[in-house]
Amino acid sequence: MTAITGSTALWYASRATGLVSLLLLSLVVMLGILVNRQGRLPGLPSFAVTGLHRSLSLLSVLFIAVHVATAIIDPYVSIGLAAVVIPFVSAYMPFWLGLGAVALDLIAALILTSLARAHMSRRTWRGIHWLAYAAWPVALVHGIGSSPDLRSGGLLLVAIGSALAVAAAGLWRVTAKAREVPRAERAAQVLAGIQRQAHRARAGHGGAR
Amino acid sequence: MTHHATLPLPGPGQWAAEDAPPTMARRRDDGSHGLLPRLMPARPGPVDLAEHLERLGAPPYRGTPRRLIGDVEAAGLTGRGGAAFPTHRKLAAMAAGRGPAPVVIGNGAEGEPASSKDKALLWFSPHLVLDGLQLAAEAVGSATVGLYIHRNPQLYERLQVAIAQRAAAGLDAALVELTEAPHRFLAGEESALASRVSGGPALPRFKPPRASQRGVAGRRTLVQNVETLAHLALIARYGPGWFRSAGTPDEPGSMLATLHQADGRTGVVETTLGMPIADLLRLPAQAVLVGGYHGTWLPVAQAEGLPLANAALRPLGAAVGAGVLAALPGDRCGVAETARVVSYLALESAGQCGPCFNGLPRMAGALAELAGPRPRPQAHADLQRWSGLVAGRGACHHPDGTVRLVRSALQVFAAEIDHHAHGYCTGTSGRPFLPLPAEPPLDDADWR
Amino acid sequence: MGKHKQLRVNPIDCAGHGVCAELLPELIRLDEWGYPLLPAGPVPRGLERQARRAVTDCPALALALADAS
Repeated sequence: MTAITGSTALWYASRATGLVSLLLLSLVVMLGILVNRQGRLPGLPSFAVTGLHRSLSLLSVLFIAVHVATAIIDPYVSIGLAAVVIPFVSAYMPFWLGLGAVALDLIAALILTSLARAHMSRRTWRGIHWLAYAAWPVALVHGIGSSPDLRSGGLLLVAIGSALAVAAAGLWRVTAKAREVPRAERAAQVLAGIQRQAHRARAGHGGAR
Repeated sequence: MTHHATLPLPGPGQWAAEDAPPTMARRRDDGSHGLLPRLMPARPGPVDLAEHLERLGAPPYRGTPRRLIGDVEAAGLTGRGGAAFPTHRKLAAMAAGRGPAPVVIGNGAEGEPASSKDKALLWFSPHLVLDGLQLAAEAVGSATVGLYIHRNPQLYERLQVAIAQRAAAGLDAALVELTEAPHRFLAGEESALASRVSGGPALPRFKPPRASQRGVAGRRTLVQNVETLAHLALIARYGPGWFRSAGTPDEPGSMLATLHQADGRTGVVETTLGMPIADLLRLPAQAVLVGGYHGTWLPVAQAEGLPLANAALRPLGAAVGAGVLAALPGDRCGVAETARVVSYLALESAGQCGPCFNGLPRMAGALAELAGPRPRPQAHADLQRWSGLVAGRGACHHPDGTVRLVRSALQVFAAEIDHHAHGYCTGTSGRPFLPLPAEPPLDDADWR
Repeated sequence: MGKHKQLRVNPIDCAGHGVCAELLPELIRLDEWGYPLLPAGPVPRGLERQARRAVTDCPALALALADAS
């Protein structure tokens, strides 16, 4: 049996933690959309949705950290520390790893601003948080391009599954927003509902009389 | 003593023709020796620049900021937009502020359907308002000046011409920018004004910061009702003693009021603070609405003994406000009238704050039920509960004002509500009395 | 010893998520439409930490702790 060298172990670790990071990020994005739409997880209070969104995002940071650390330490491929945050400067696979750096930068911005959100304006925080919709696809493409793992077999299905799930959640967000009553019509909509109710009640009473 | 201004009164979309015959142009002689009119022209017809200059001369600039504020304080001028806040304090606070120079905006949006005094003032005496705007700007050290007016093409054109003529004559220290307000009840709200004049929609914003801190284009903004500015223009010429020769010691000066008589006639008058309401509303009525649609109903017996002054009205939960007085005729149902108004107020919600856009329509529905035969017993309790739930929980005072109107209606028309519970209504005429605009379309663009 | 803090909500930003009421039920209730009813007075010292958490966790960033005036 071939001895698994240190380098191979590091390489497997990086691939594995990369995959888990991607799955966690998919869940985080979906939970974020759920928070925005004021959706609930069955049987759980609202703060569970926000809490899970935050906890999983911090957990994904942990997995991304290990994913990056193992990739840098691994002597088999040449990825310097700089390439972790500066896109497209690594010697090994500059483009695909560069995308990883982009995703990492975006995620760092999301995490840091969210940790400090009490100290900034709502507009600033929200503006930066929109980058989440850029970070996730970049991370996915980075994953597909950097290693053949996601391109075949079971892991391909996993990649497609996550992509479909996030896309579905995104579609739901867009359509729900489009179907929302515009602000200028909110009071009118409530009033119309009340008048309909009153009309039905009167019609019922009229019959009784 | 009251001067009845030239009429017919402009309604939404209608404008007084210059040669329209005045319908209420009598002058009551009570020995007050021509104290009035001050703001409104003495003879029918709008005052053009030549006539204005002939009668009053150019605006009397003081030469340096703040000089005028002492006179304003001695005169005791208070805001005529509804809040009656001492004008000198607003001016002094704006003049004392640090940072970039403030912005001054004259508020003539007058979103209240029952009020027409600002429209009449801008139509008949625009140069008094424009003088006041320049003088206020000088007093607070501002060079950025604007006028925010109720949307009407003829008024806009007329004011544009007036401004251009003044600029040509070198009368104005600062160029006046005209901004139109949408036809919305809340368009004249201070933060909505700041938002609209900044180029956005006329939607109220959350306070703090107030417009005096962050208003138009993020700058400190002084907002003054156009009538207040007109008074300022005269105080600057004739002094505080002259201003105080009308009104009461605590509430000095003249004021414009919009009167809705019980026989349906309506008009803008210039009267003095402290004038007995019985002298203004002279026809028999069952109740009086004081202060417009965010105001208070008073039983007629009570109202007839009161002067139009905050000292007498505040203890009863009412206020002079923007000077709207409506006498409800005996043949109408006060509950039904109030229900119509509250429906309008509900639809005028900006739709930004949950308690408001949820509560006001429900209140309107409950009141409509109370206005009909045999309402559910629950309706009254619901109305009380919702009133308590919405007050103070919006970004602006729209819910609070609506609650004030509703609560006073429940009190004043309690007997009528009781009649309805037993299946009959003492109102013999179903014709709407209180003025409301035609059904508004609902669109975000409608707020620009 | 800091100044007493008071809970304030921006009713325009508030969308009625209700997270605040779940995190701070001692002080915050929801009205019948899901919008928060805040206490009038200052936040008791013992609940200040939970109040801060409610502020940070509000998904709409509508809740704030301001100096009690």
